[in-house]
Amino acid sequence: MIDPRTSIIKKRFSNIKRIIAVTGWKGGIGKSVTASVLSLILSKKGKSCGLLDLDFTGASDHIILGAKNIFPKEEKGIVPPEVNRIKFMSISFFSDGKAVPLRGNNVTDAIIEMLAITRWGRLDYLIIDMPPGINDTALDVVRLIDKTEILALTIPSVIAKDVLHRSLELYKRLKVPIIGIIKNNLSYLKKTGLHDIPYDDKLEAALGFPDKLLKTKFSRSLENIMSPLLKL
Amino acid sequence: MSLVKMIKYKKNRPYEGGKNMHEWALADSVITSAVDFSKKEKLKKISQVNIVFGELQNIDKEIFLFALKELIKSSNKVISSSKFKILNEPAKFNCKVCATNFNLEQIKKSEAEAEYIHFIPEMAHTYLKCPKCKSPDFDIIAGRGVYIKNIIGDS
Repeated sequence: MIDPRTSIIKKRFSNIKRIIAVTGWKGGIGKSVTASVLSLILSKKGKSCGLLDLDFTGASDHIILGAKNIFPKEEKGIVPPEVNRIKFMSISFFSDGKAVPLRGNNVTDAIIEMLAITRWGRLDYLIIDMPPGINDTALDVVRLIDKTEILALTIPSVIAKDVLHRSLELYKRLKVPIIGIIKNNLSYLKKTGLHDIPYDDKLEAALGFPDKLLKTKFSRSLENIMSPLLKL
Repeated sequence: MSLVKMIKYKKNRPYEGGKNMHEWALADSVITSAVDFSKKEKLKKISQVNIVFGELQNIDKEIFLFALKELIKSSNKVISSSKFKILNEPAKFNCKVCATNFNLEQIKKSEAEAEYIHFIPEMAHTYLKCPKCKSPDFDIIAGRGVYIKNIIGDS
């Protein structure tokens, strides 16, 4: 028995210059907002950009971007619809607002299916919003997409710091480049080399409105961090 | 385009070999995979590829075969004269909560739900339930999607 889908995945990513997986090892630390706003920033700067939400059980990028009444186009595969000029793909297109209760092997199969049939075309950047932790999704992305680079997110907590340390070690062992580590919410530990995004009390009200999101302090801080890292 | 609009559009548009259907992506993966296999096994010619269609994904056989026929024209010569045989595999499920075995005929799904499952078969866990205990926590033990059973060729 041969699974034919994995053989086509390389071709699907062949015209994408950089693939950045936004990851963090705790839930609720801002990965989805960071991935979505980073996509908006890149698009604003004239880069062709895609956003792939791989947090199957907690997909939320469609809410952050205010993506409504859109669906992928069927064209010898599926072509992601655009939101603010960002090519966007998410399990939310197929779940109709319902829960997606998937066990590990199902997650792997769903990821392979999505990667095999999605036709991104030419992109400067593909941003992948990862679920929390090093799990099936993280290992599948590393295994299936060989150009992946990691943008790590953490929060100022001793628990997050410990998990971050262990996870970065693992990514190093897997030989996956880490382009940066961003600390969300507070502004200490600068000496550790982490980049800070200060707390932004206006962020919540901007969710769902891309133009408002780009004007937030969160977005400006992220742009200041990412511009030198990505040489924008 | 919303999903409902897309289903209506697909029903009404001319067939034209299903030019735009997503079956093409899977047919493309079968050819790429078979050519990769021939290189690995040092085959000079692939004479037959036996492909299994899982019932759950509901792949359109006519469109899939048409796509294969078109795609091999621009593929590696090793596969240019190959036959493609489609074998159908019924979907079978096993509930992890009450251990009931069930099949697709025992479960109801809407047209839209079937379309979602057609794209990503794992969406079955969102829309289908065990007919006995109503749990979405089940294993798909057979008939999920497309795979290659075996490849016959000359070395």
